[in-house]
Amino acid sequence: MNAHYELPLEDAGYSFGFLDEYAKKEVRRCILKAIAIPGYQTPYASREMPMGRGFGTGGLQLTLSLIGADDTLKVIDQGSDDSVNAVNLRQFVQLTCPGVAVTEKTQEATLIQSRHRIPEKMLTEQQILVLQVPYPDALVVVEPSEARRKVMHGEADYSRLLVKLYEDVVRFDEITISHRYPTRLNGHYVIDPSPIPRWDVPRLHQSPALVLLGAGREKKIYAVPPYTVAEPLVFDDIAFRVEDFRDANGQRIACRCCGSTVSFLDELIDDAGNVTHQCSDSSYCEEEQETISARKQA
Amino acid sequence: MSYVAIKGGKAAIDGAAAATDYLRCKGSLDEPLTLAMIEEQLRLLTSRVVSEGGLYHPRLAALALKQFQGDTLEAAFALRAYRSTKPRLLETPVQDTANMRCIRRISSAFKEVPGGQYLGATYDYALRLLQLDLANEDPAAFKAVAQSFLQDTPDSEVPDNFPKVIDALRAEGLLPPVTPSRAAAFDITRDPLVFPVPRSAALATMARSETGGLLAMAYSNMRGYGDVHPTVAELRVGYLPVMLPHPVTGELMEAGEVLVTECEVVAMYEGTNGDELPTFTLGYGACFGHNEVKAISMAILDRALQKGMQDGPTNPSEDPEFVLLHVDGVDSMGFASHYKMPHYVTFQSDMDRLRTTQQKMQQQDTEATA
Repeated sequence: MNAHYELPLEDAGYSFGFLDEYAKKEVRRCILKAIAIPGYQTPYASREMPMGRGFGTGGLQLTLSLIGADDTLKVIDQGSDDSVNAVNLRQFVQLTCPGVAVTEKTQEATLIQSRHRIPEKMLTEQQILVLQVPYPDALVVVEPSEARRKVMHGEADYSRLLVKLYEDVVRFDEITISHRYPTRLNGHYVIDPSPIPRWDVPRLHQSPALVLLGAGREKKIYAVPPYTVAEPLVFDDIAFRVEDFRDANGQRIACRCCGSTVSFLDELIDDAGNVTHQCSDSSYCEEEQETISARKQA
Repeated sequence: MSYVAIKGGKAAIDGAAAATDYLRCKGSLDEPLTLAMIEEQLRLLTSRVVSEGGLYHPRLAALALKQFQGDTLEAAFALRAYRSTKPRLLETPVQDTANMRCIRRISSAFKEVPGGQYLGATYDYALRLLQLDLANEDPAAFKAVAQSFLQDTPDSEVPDNFPKVIDALRAEGLLPPVTPSRAAAFDITRDPLVFPVPRSAALATMARSETGGLLAMAYSNMRGYGDVHPTVAELRVGYLPVMLPHPVTGELMEAGEVLVTECEVVAMYEGTNGDELPTFTLGYGACFGHNEVKAISMAILDRALQKGMQDGPTNPSEDPEFVLLHVDGVDSMGFASHYKMPHYVTFQSDMDRLRTTQQKMQQQDTEATA
């Protein structure tokens, strides 16, 4: 390189949405394909983003390809709008997409990017939920080779996955899959619904909102289109069970902040070693608290 | 309370950025590193970053190294992210490395090769004794080293370019003739790897792979998880003129040059199907910058992967999926780092499963003893 070469000093100007337009167009085409074949893992080139692979680069590429200046974005991580990673992603979108509004309220958002949770509030047809995905393939627990998994998906051959569930029942009398629960769409493709807890899986079924799943590192996009049949993989005589939040007496534990007994709870250990619980969905919890205080005032 | 659910994520991120920058600037020196210092005096570090970043821009690589305080994974990552913002303007024609302006070229296959052996700049035969006089180097002596080297080495002594060793092997029929491929080269920046992938996809993936990761895979083959047993037909390092079509005339013209390391290894012959005579087999490695270990590793793995593609893999280093999906530095470091992020929702699910299983087993135990 020329020794006298000088770097341009004001080269920080990035185009809207960071990615170049060709990249965004490619992602949108893959989204259309993913919607057309529910649960099919559509390969795409997946650009490097300025945050780590595994930090939501797949979800971010979906968001950046879809977002327009008239959108309202909500970003959550572990259910919280203020989690460091959610803040980081939201700041990046604000930096590269001038004009985009952001919100913490689920119902105000047109586009929601999330890691590990689906918001407690029912989503609508006007909303798109983008989930960040580390492992796009539910079959990876039984087959490491991607080439072989592709064949298994094509043939809807999930026998080895069912054997794994059966072995769980034999050994532990329980299915031990805690999160990323294999979920079958429209009776064909089984998806990894991203590391959402089992609690959130039933909300994929007949969801009015489009759910898009993006795996940046593994370079795959797949979708649960609105009003799609989404069933967790189980046996006829063994029911699918979500996380159990009952105490030793069988009472449903309530959120320590808003008192909700119908939300997914985070378990917290305070300095004294006491275990308490509060809503994982921070925006839901705040609204519940507001409703309660409004009721008290009335 | 837990370490992320608390309000103040933004303040934490801003604080982390400030603390990182403080560590970059603190210390006994007033002078910040200049990009030229990094690019010139830490040239092998810069080489590694342009290679793993997959973007030939040594000055930006130097900037990334400065910004990320010498972390090669992070610096290469920043170059890749920068690249994501740039459209692909054109596809280059095939570049002929015979035109490389070599700073070094060797062959371990022959004592003498056409054009001659040129050891050039290498640490290969340097004694790894710490050179303590570099600790307090005199600037005048430092400058004098460069001047006296150039005075003692007249331009006429170094040829502009060298013939390729493997061309001689081909002429003798020891290597198969080149069959020009009609397929366009696979562009890994525009298409995902869906297996099976063509050889060009494998080569492109390895060219920008993480050096240590690639070396580990290749070393497993060298040690015995594989049997390439390579001989380095040629290793060359130098400046490759980049030929691009003139926008108006379409005629190829030199648009610039890139520092490249290239390695060809020759492996033992294999049986052939028909009447053809058996020949040696070839492995090819090339990458941006001066990275000899990487180019050699890549050449060995290219041979191993070709064998795996043809006969089915019998070792990890012969399995294209195993090698190509695990050597990328940006992917692997990102995923390793992501485990530092909060995972308390999934851990809640894990605890739920374990507690339920424990309860059930305790119940079974009590029932059995009752």
